[in-house]
Amino acid sequence: MNAPVSPPSPYSSAIGKSNVESHTLAVLVDNEPGVLARVVGLFSGRGYNIESLTVAEVAHTEHVSRITIVTSGTPEVIEQIGHQLERIVPIHSVKDLTTQGNAIQRELAMVKVRGKGENRVEAMRLAEAFKAKVIDATLESFIFEITGAPQKIDDFVEIMRPIGLVEVSRTGVAAISRGAERT
Amino acid sequence: MSKQMTGAEMVVEALKDQGVEVMFGYPGGAVLPIYDAIFQQKKVKHYLVRHEQGAAHAAEGYARSSGKVGVLLVTSGPGATNAITGLTDALLDSIPLVCITGQVPTHLIGSDAFQECDTVGITRHCTKHNYLVKRIEDLPRILHEAFYIASHGRPGPVVIDIPKDVQFAMGTYTGPKNIHHKTYQPKVKGEMAAIKQAVEMMAQAKRPVFYTGGGVINSGSEASALLRELVQLTGFPITSTLMGLGSYPASGPNWLGMLGMHGTYEANNAMHDCDLMIAIGARFDDRITGRLDAFSPGSKKIHIDIDPSSINKNVKVDLPIVGDCAHVLEDMVRLWRTSGHKADQKALQSWWKQIDHWRARKSLAFGTSDKTIKPQYAIERLYKLTRDRNTYITTEVGQHQMWAAQHYHFEEPNRWMTSGGLGTMGYGLPAAIGVQLAHPDALVVDIAGEASILMNIQEMSTALQYRLPVKIFILNNKYMGMVRQWQELLHGGRYSESYSEALPDFVKLADAYGAHGIRCGDPAHLDEAIMEMINTPKAVIFDCLVDPNENCLPMIPSGKAHNEMILPDLSDVAPDIGSIIDDKGKMLV
Repeated sequence: MNAPVSPPSPYSSAIGKSNVESHTLAVLVDNEPGVLARVVGLFSGRGYNIESLTVAEVAHTEHVSRITIVTSGTPEVIEQIGHQLERIVPIHSVKDLTTQGNAIQRELAMVKVRGKGENRVEAMRLAEAFKAKVIDATLESFIFEITGAPQKIDDFVEIMRPIGLVEVSRTGVAAISRGAERT
Repeated sequence: MSKQMTGAEMVVEALKDQGVEVMFGYPGGAVLPIYDAIFQQKKVKHYLVRHEQGAAHAAEGYARSSGKVGVLLVTSGPGATNAITGLTDALLDSIPLVCITGQVPTHLIGSDAFQECDTVGITRHCTKHNYLVKRIEDLPRILHEAFYIASHGRPGPVVIDIPKDVQFAMGTYTGPKNIHHKTYQPKVKGEMAAIKQAVEMMAQAKRPVFYTGGGVINSGSEASALLRELVQLTGFPITSTLMGLGSYPASGPNWLGMLGMHGTYEANNAMHDCDLMIAIGARFDDRITGRLDAFSPGSKKIHIDIDPSSINKNVKVDLPIVGDCAHVLEDMVRLWRTSGHKADQKALQSWWKQIDHWRARKSLAFGTSDKTIKPQYAIERLYKLTRDRNTYITTEVGQHQMWAAQHYHFEEPNRWMTSGGLGTMGYGLPAAIGVQLAHPDALVVDIAGEASILMNIQEMSTALQYRLPVKIFILNNKYMGMVRQWQELLHGGRYSESYSEALPDFVKLADAYGAHGIRCGDPAHLDEAIMEMINTPKAVIFDCLVDPNENCLPMIPSGKAHNEMILPDLSDVAPDIGSIIDDKGKMLV
């Protein structure tokens, strides 16, 4: 979202640079050493943004991992990112879930809040409203587990801040397309 | 056929099975087992270079001139890091290489062992793909896969990093058959509907131009033949990038010369004013396009490329065709013939008339002198005296390279080896060694500058050791000429560090290496000196003393468009080029 604004250059293309969009890419890769470094290195080497990145093996016997990347850029840059990813040899497929338009995004966060008295009650009340679970509690703190779209987690974190937010750990976005078909 | 053998023996066995006859390399601790396996066979011949960068460029020259995969073998640590410039060069110019690096034994990896470096980490960004082989079971598959990846799709360098204990380990070798890559299967056939549309656009074009690049050469001699056929069928003008020279003959009637920063007036103006651009195996890089927002503003653009990421990367095109040049050209030629399409002759005639008008400006003309040798004149004479021979040209990087591209005219593909994308000084001599090994009876000339040649001069020993009669033709202007030219253009003629101080005596240097040295600074004696070089049956260093102040023109200054070229001024007054580039342009490279 906050893409750095580069100074206009005579080499820069006539293509408009203003319409920066956020896209979620689902990338299936061979789970082999270095494959994540190839993907991350591509982004840093070519100056693309990474807003969120998650990776885990999804097919154990075939050694296939799924990387979900949230990135931002103009539609031209997003298209270029897709093609550049496809050049990486151990990549099976690259799908732009935002272009496909029907994907579900979820993220999990653990939110630590410290407080006493009235703040404690308020934290519990808000957590209930957000359907967050208490997964650890002491006499002066809670850890909440919350799952949802990234915006919901942002909202929850913001609302906990005045109450006594200590720290947040987020997993990054996982995404999948709706319906019966494979992403 | 599966056989038990050591990892080191597998390497050599795989090279044999891949048809490798020539490899370049430099031994060291972490590759000794492979060197021992090389010692015990005769099929794969190893050529010892004097620096690993030389091995990579030699492999590039071999590959580029033969169409085969170039192979090099270097040790861990400094062996691998020294090869990196060559690997990056091959990546940018899409040259197929397989580079085998030794690595410290697996149990020492990560311990900062002697001559350890993170080779796969370092080379990840400068290879098409790379491998660290941790288990002997994986080695045969990886060896064959590496050749497949290097040579299929858009070619490029592949590194195989093999720890020393894996080289010693025993395992089962399997041949190259049954190598089916599960993820890497580049598309070679273009989409028929798109090709059909392209042919229709061509039939309707009023001011068309073919813009071809190194992809046509990489696609094989068949692609060049088909390109010639298509140009002849349509009657369209054709220009080419630095990397694509030779795919269409320079003597052909439709040839406009090279385009881009130091391209001809007619080629660049045709690109700017065309209504249809057919880009084939070229990637719209900044040396070609100049100012992007003024690049060929009124044209529809067709782009044929095997790499989907090349499409719309720098320039938005109207019709992309992803596929191998030869395959797509074959379909285009066939469709053009069978559909009965004809080019718009009337429009084409007035287009050619316009082009002839640009040609008449003679943008490659240069002043002659009977006192000093003009560098362009030196190339022109070299061309005239070698064109009827079986000649291959390599270059270093700088003014001499551009003059060679402008004034040496290529009739065939694979005859011109130069570092285009990376612009690597020191490329030409080792590349010439690779070319000479691929073509032992050919005349191989490295057109060099006095600064570039010193970057890999140590490879003279390699040339002499294997009796390779490479000719090094140095345009000696006592400056890093292109740097000097840019300092004149951009920095008020303050020639910071670009004067070639304390040059060696190149004739004595040749002598010291056991080669033959020639010096010539007199235009009247140039021809006989060049003939002496050609007729010397061993390596030659030719120190050609040329006018030190000559600028390489024509030129599109940085940040300018194709129709804003600086043209040579043939009056006695040299053009004042110091004030042409604006502040914005000065920011560019």
